[in-house]
Amino acid sequence: MFLGGIVFAFFLTWVIRASTGHSTFHHYISGDAITTVALMAAPLGFLVGLGGFDYWFYWASGRKTRPEDHSGHGAYTWRDYFRINTDHKVIGIQYTVNSFIFLLIGGLLAMLMRAQLAQPGSHFVSANTFNGLFSVHASLLIFLFIIPVFAGLGNYVIPLMIGAPDMAFPRLNALSFWLLPVAGIMMLGSFFAPGGAFADGWTAYTPLSDTAPVGQVFFSVAVQFAGASSIMTALNFLVTIITMRAPGMSFFRLPLLVWANFATSLLVVIATPFIAASQFFILLDRGLGFNFFNAAKGGDVLMYQHVFWFYSHPAVYIMMLPGFGIISEVIAVKARKPIFGYRMMAFSLLAIVGLGFTVWAHHMFTSGMAAWIRIPMAITTAIIAVPTGIKIFSWLATLFRGVLRLDTPMLFALGFLATFTLGGISGVMLAMIPFDIHVSATYFIVAHIHYVLFGGSLMTIFAGVYYWFPKMTGRMYDERLGKWHFWLTFVFMNATFGPMHVIGLQGMPRRVATYASEFAGMNLFISIASFFLGASTLIFVYNMITSWRGGPRATGNPWRGMTLEWQVSSPPPVFNFDRVPTVVGGPYEYGIPGAVHGIFAPPPVPATVGAGSGAATPQGP
Amino acid sequence: MNRRRSVTITVILALIAVGIGIWLSYEIRWFPVAASKQAVNSDRLYHVLVIASIPIFVLVVTAILFNVWNFRMRPGEELKDGAPIHGNTRLEVFWTAIPTVLLLSLVGYSFVVLHENEKKPAREIKIGVTGQQFVWTYQYPRALTGGAPLNSYELYIPRNESVQFQIHSRDVIHAFWVPAFRLQEDAVPGITTNWRVTATRLGTYPVICNLLCGAGHSLMRSAVHVVSQARFQEWLKSQASAAAGGSSGAAAAGGSAG
Repeated sequence: MFLGGIVFAFFLTWVIRASTGHSTFHHYISGDAITTVALMAAPLGFLVGLGGFDYWFYWASGRKTRPEDHSGHGAYTWRDYFRINTDHKVIGIQYTVNSFIFLLIGGLLAMLMRAQLAQPGSHFVSANTFNGLFSVHASLLIFLFIIPVFAGLGNYVIPLMIGAPDMAFPRLNALSFWLLPVAGIMMLGSFFAPGGAFADGWTAYTPLSDTAPVGQVFFSVAVQFAGASSIMTALNFLVTIITMRAPGMSFFRLPLLVWANFATSLLVVIATPFIAASQFFILLDRGLGFNFFNAAKGGDVLMYQHVFWFYSHPAVYIMMLPGFGIISEVIAVKARKPIFGYRMMAFSLLAIVGLGFTVWAHHMFTSGMAAWIRIPMAITTAIIAVPTGIKIFSWLATLFRGVLRLDTPMLFALGFLATFTLGGISGVMLAMIPFDIHVSATYFIVAHIHYVLFGGSLMTIFAGVYYWFPKMTGRMYDERLGKWHFWLTFVFMNATFGPMHVIGLQGMPRRVATYASEFAGMNLFISIASFFLGASTLIFVYNMITSWRGGPRATGNPWRGMTLEWQVSSPPPVFNFDRVPTVVGGPYEYGIPGAVHGIFAPPPVPATVGAGSGAATPQGP
Repeated sequence: MNRRRSVTITVILALIAVGIGIWLSYEIRWFPVAASKQAVNSDRLYHVLVIASIPIFVLVVTAILFNVWNFRMRPGEELKDGAPIHGNTRLEVFWTAIPTVLLLSLVGYSFVVLHENEKKPAREIKIGVTGQQFVWTYQYPRALTGGAPLNSYELYIPRNESVQFQIHSRDVIHAFWVPAFRLQEDAVPGITTNWRVTATRLGTYPVICNLLCGAGHSLMRSAVHVVSQARFQEWLKSQASAAAGGSSGAAAAGGSAG
């Protein structure tokens, strides 16, 4: 049976991976190289076994290739989620669920860190393990949670929103998902490597990472897989958004979530190759002695940081812009109003894309780079707050004279506005060089990044998941539990990360397993708050699981939204639209009597339906 | 009418919140004691930033609460929509222009402080700093010791004199950070980095490695002793004679290769 074959291949590649990836290098301890090769080859074997490259193999071996006929679309049992599927809705759910699993794991690692930091000088874990904990925590939550969960929600919603039957490249889409568990398991697997997990932060600064134990290779290779996944999805989004919009869907009729993912995808395709390069430098240094970063042989240590941050600063926006899109959707629908200044909202996204590439060295104000570079970078860093400010003010103005439905997605959206503003303010403060020189690499930075990524990104992710939960599962979530989840998250998020600003200013460095006793009280408080924050997530998990299994049935359009994804059933039909929609107006025309965004054309000749050949070809409204 | 009254009340409450925020920003002990000229300057910059930030944060939070209070859905409004307002160009120009001006003036002020903190004085002494896993050592050149160069585990600097630290690393990147001075810079293999400070307050302050450098990173600590000019000369002399006697650990610290 086909399913059996998939499962067999799944296990076979796991056995191969286990034998080459793990046992072998215990026998050949010399083997950074063996590990590196095994880490690259074994996952590819896994993907081949899963059927990710079937088409290529069929073509290469001269066998008859099967054109994508979308016959595998839709998921009928839970098992369908564990194999290659080319349906963007199935992939969207695969992405999202997979990401949340890594959120829970990454959060658990944070709890372990906070347990160690509850008291100064404690020995809950060793210093080396501690360094591994925060490195894997950051890497998982960045590469396996925030970036892919946005890609997952986008995957599900974007084709629906633009009136397309699927993504432009369904097979590529499937492959890009299956690279992610590979990357995640590899990062987690580094804990079992001799010498422990990679332990020099998600930044992996050289020369420390050049000389670190073999766990480092797990990071460098895993990032290649996660990065490749990102790039594939971004290309897919770009092509889908550019070529597959329904008739009448001009760019300025796109919902802002689509705009946001368009902007994000531009960032991803331009920036992500740089982190791939930075990690290849490390692999070449380690494996083949290239001496890119060996100062004694003329290597340039600072070059790594420039290449790394040339990706990793835009990555901050990669982790934020899709969230902006989600907030725009939620606020417009829940306030029952058009988004205030729609065009400025779209242009400010593009402004952030442009400016996002001009600020990277603000991570390096104390790095020892040429002093003058700090000046232009400080100016651009301050200026990039302007388009972000435009967005915040526009959302606030959208609330004005609305009819606000304060349910769970809206609460997360409003909570986001407050916490993200705080993260934005501390970001602007960090642009001020003399201040940054003091707080660089302290807990102030830890506070700032968590206000941006937790108070910013994660709040938007929760808003989005609650908002589209009825569409994705066909069920309603429990509103009461959702509100509990919001309030506990909001309170304990601030209790956890707020005090970190203060201990940072007072001189507590980040990435330390122990600290001066003057910070003991604050750290204990932070640790306790963080455990409650972790516990609040369990409410979310419980709510999602029980509602998915037995929540009340959702109607097609429970929020009375205008965008196209709400005009079809929940969950949508296998090919999204039984009839091709025609877009006749803006996406947020709430409050205007009789306004519609899309209408469904009279059914075309039945033969064309289901071919999935792309809705971009006008099929006669 | 009713709306105007609630706007008035909101504005008053917001102003009170701003007042309390600014008052708190003076009450809270944000920083460790300021022990250098540079620290005083950058603390002032921080206060200006906080005072500029408070009204913005209060504005956003007030706007959220105002809207929630006034425009939340009442029972019976389940099918009601809001007012179809698409935008307001003047308002949008306003909230693009004002933050731009504010941000540029703040960043301009920060450049003034930066220049003030980093400008080269007429006279300064130079002391070497070397980071290695997981200790700091300090190098006093001939110009200071008057005799053989000195390599020490201890850092003494004179008060009210500009000191430039020339920072090196022997292995991986470290960061030489003195929170009491509000100054730091990475110690990078292959290049020399530096910062200069004029210490203004006698005392002993922590030196912290502030860039992850391996398993011992948390414990890579040292101290800087700010002493009077006379005491500084005395200390240098005592170190020199100890080194000559060959019995002190100071001379052996970190080797002499530099």
